[in-house]
Amino acid sequence: MTEQRARNDDEFKDAGLYKGVHSVDLEEFYTSGHRTCQGCESALVMRGFAKVAGSRTVVTGATGCMYVANTSYMTTPWIVPWMHTQLAAGGASAVGMAAGIKALQRKGKIPKEKINVINFSGDLGAGDEGLGGISGALQTPYDLLIVIYDNESAANTDIQASGLTTWGAQTTFTPSGSKERIMQKRWKKNIAAMMAIGHPNVKYVATACATFPATDYLNKVKKALAAGGPTLLHTIDPCPKGWDYHPRYSNILGELAVKTGIFADYEIINGRVKYTYDLRKRERLPVKKYLEKQGRFSHFAEEDYDYVQSMVDEMWEEWELPGILPIKGGLSVERE
Amino acid sequence: MFEMEELMTGTDAVAHAVRLVDVDVFAAYPIRPYTGVMDRLARFVANGQLDAEYIIADGEHSQFEIGKHASSVGARAFVGSSGTGWLYAMEAIGVTATDRLPVVALVGNRALDDPGAFGVEHNDALLVRDLGWLIAWASTAQEALDNTLIAYRVGEDPRVRMPVAIAMDGGYLTHSEHLVKVPSKEAVKKFLPPYSLGDRVLHPDNPISIAPQANEDWVMEIRRQNYEAAKRSRGVIIDAYREYESVLGIHYDNPFIEELDVEDADVVLIGMGSASVVARSVVREMRNEGKRVGYLKLRWYRPFPSEEIRKSLKNVRSVGILDRNFAMGAPDNQAITSHDIKSSLYESTNHPIVTDFIAGLGGREISRKEIRKMFNLMESGRTEKVYWIGVRE
Ligand SMILES: Cc1ncc(C[n+]2csc(CCOP(=O)(O)OP(=O)(O)O)c2C)c(N)n1
Ligand code: SF4
Ligand SMILES: [Mg+2]
Repeated sequence: MTEQRARNDDEFKDAGLYKGVHSVDLEEFYTSGHRTCQGCESALVMRGFAKVAGSRTVVTGATGCMYVANTSYMTTPWIVPWMHTQLAAGGASAVGMAAGIKALQRKGKIPKEKINVINFSGDLGAGDEGLGGISGALQTPYDLLIVIYDNESAANTDIQASGLTTWGAQTTFTPSGSKERIMQKRWKKNIAAMMAIGHPNVKYVATACATFPATDYLNKVKKALAAGGPTLLHTIDPCPKGWDYHPRYSNILGELAVKTGIFADYEIINGRVKYTYDLRKRERLPVKKYLEKQGRFSHFAEEDYDYVQSMVDEMWEEWELPGILPIKGGLSVERE
Repeated sequence: MFEMEELMTGTDAVAHAVRLVDVDVFAAYPIRPYTGVMDRLARFVANGQLDAEYIIADGEHSQFEIGKHASSVGARAFVGSSGTGWLYAMEAIGVTATDRLPVVALVGNRALDDPGAFGVEHNDALLVRDLGWLIAWASTAQEALDNTLIAYRVGEDPRVRMPVAIAMDGGYLTHSEHLVKVPSKEAVKKFLPPYSLGDRVLHPDNPISIAPQANEDWVMEIRRQNYEAAKRSRGVIIDAYREYESVLGIHYDNPFIEELDVEDADVVLIGMGSASVVARSVVREMRNEGKRVGYLKLRWYRPFPSEEIRKSLKNVRSVGILDRNFAMGAPDNQAITSHDIKSSLYESTNHPIVTDFIAGLGGREISRKEIRKMFNLMESGRTEKVYWIGVRE
């Protein structure tokens, strides 16, 4: 295990990983001008990847909060060149830019240099409507990064459930009523692992929380951009408006999502799994600690907390690879 | 000036044009009948005849988004589709136009599902007629090649910067072989300047934000700019044909329309696409019989050649529209082309009777006999505003 971990880190020794918060660059490429809510962690995701990628970057943003609340005409926060793309076009937008840049550089029409190509898409855009397009992007040979920023709802259209919303959450599409306490009956899609497992050529897939562990997300962006080929990051983004809590608790909720194990924090580097916060070896906090701080779960009965806890327990205790591979009972292939 | 003169299909002719413009990125997704163009381009890449990034997309929505975003970074892009595939791409088709990115797309006209039919119907291309795409309609493979070269020049012109659709009848033109003169690379280079988006290109040296949320504060001004560009495209198209002739010697009397015996005609049939070949031959035959008939073919549908139509039809008594499309519940139950023709004629001093002939849907052949029937109905005085021709009643 230690040997493998050493190998994983070794692969990125030239990526200039941050060692502690004091080594983080000060220059920002996503600055003032946006009007996201106070405490918006998705905005931190934007700020983080822009900071790491730096000026030689092109970005597309799929429709969603990070488009609508971020880029009012004439007050753009983007220092790097940025373009809107359609809700389901995240993957294709990155492919188009990367292919265009590659062709122009090869033909000598623009100077050869490394230009980072990044798309960000929300949980609805990437996880539901744009899933096929992201799959397509991950099959290409291009250097590109897809960041799925996951605030667990269609936040921009007033907080509707997406395929990545936590079980049981109240959203405008899944209100708790007198007959049906729980309307959100879909279990959260395992998006990052689905993409990693489905696209064996992809060299780097990771999940992250923008604020916990400190610098971890930034370093994952560095690794994704250094890995080569198409890469994918999935971040869990506490959203005060959609999750219904005071903005001051965003970082605490992010940390709890990781420490309760409801959100598995890991990297898959060239097919090798590395848990960032390995809850097989650490104590897992009760999921209730995370859920009860959010108004979207205020309708929960004790049995609802128990149900979510049982699913999270199963994930960490029974899955072949917790958070990644929901195969149970060992990987031995049955022979006739 | 020419590389070769060969028998080839309509889609092959377009593929040669795409090769000649040295396209940087093209994205493919299979659907009949346009696909042949991508099959051919793939072979060009495989054989080293074309240096381009070639992407097999996961669907038409992605395919057209790839074209759009490649275009935004300054790459010359090509995409295409047919029928239901074209509709699947519709969202991307819309934003390609509103982002003013001069992608060129082939639409191999095909009936919309359901029921399944491979044959031609013009509804697919006509659905985008108001979105900010220029639309050229080919009726021969040579025209398809010429239209494609001209499309890049017009679409990329800084005065225009609009995407261009090359419409082409599925089957009758995509798959039939015609003799085509293929220009040399040098000649095309002379005709077509390099693609440059100028200060609108997405590149680290030009850190702009494209298509931010504008709302009612600015959308109207942005629409107006697009509207002006569409108006300007007329003059740019005229210039392009002039230049095309001076470089390649290929002459078109008028870029927008093609007239056959219209000048002294009493009755004129108007249409576009491959049925024009049949209609023209019927007109010649009927002229020999002393009938004062004519045929007017539309080569560009957007910008719509209203001025040319008014001028051409100024002495005509009766006009028939060969509509290879449907428009359910539309004014007077006539199909799409009639409305554009009629609204052009409203501003004319001459107001001929306009009869709509809905024919050839789903790829049904339009016969000489049926074209004759249309002329006869127009000559003898029609009793209906719309006739379905060649349908089992
Ligand atoms: C094709 C399409 N369907 C629906 C919409 C309306 N819409 C705009 S933003 C949005 C929500 C996107 O949710 P997500 O991707 O999670 O991003 P978030 O708003 O949460 O940041 C929706 C449904 C749209 N813009 N385009
Ligand atoms: S609603 Fe949520 S995602 Fe949207 S800006 Fe506010 S905090 Fe951020
Ligand atoms: Mg969301």
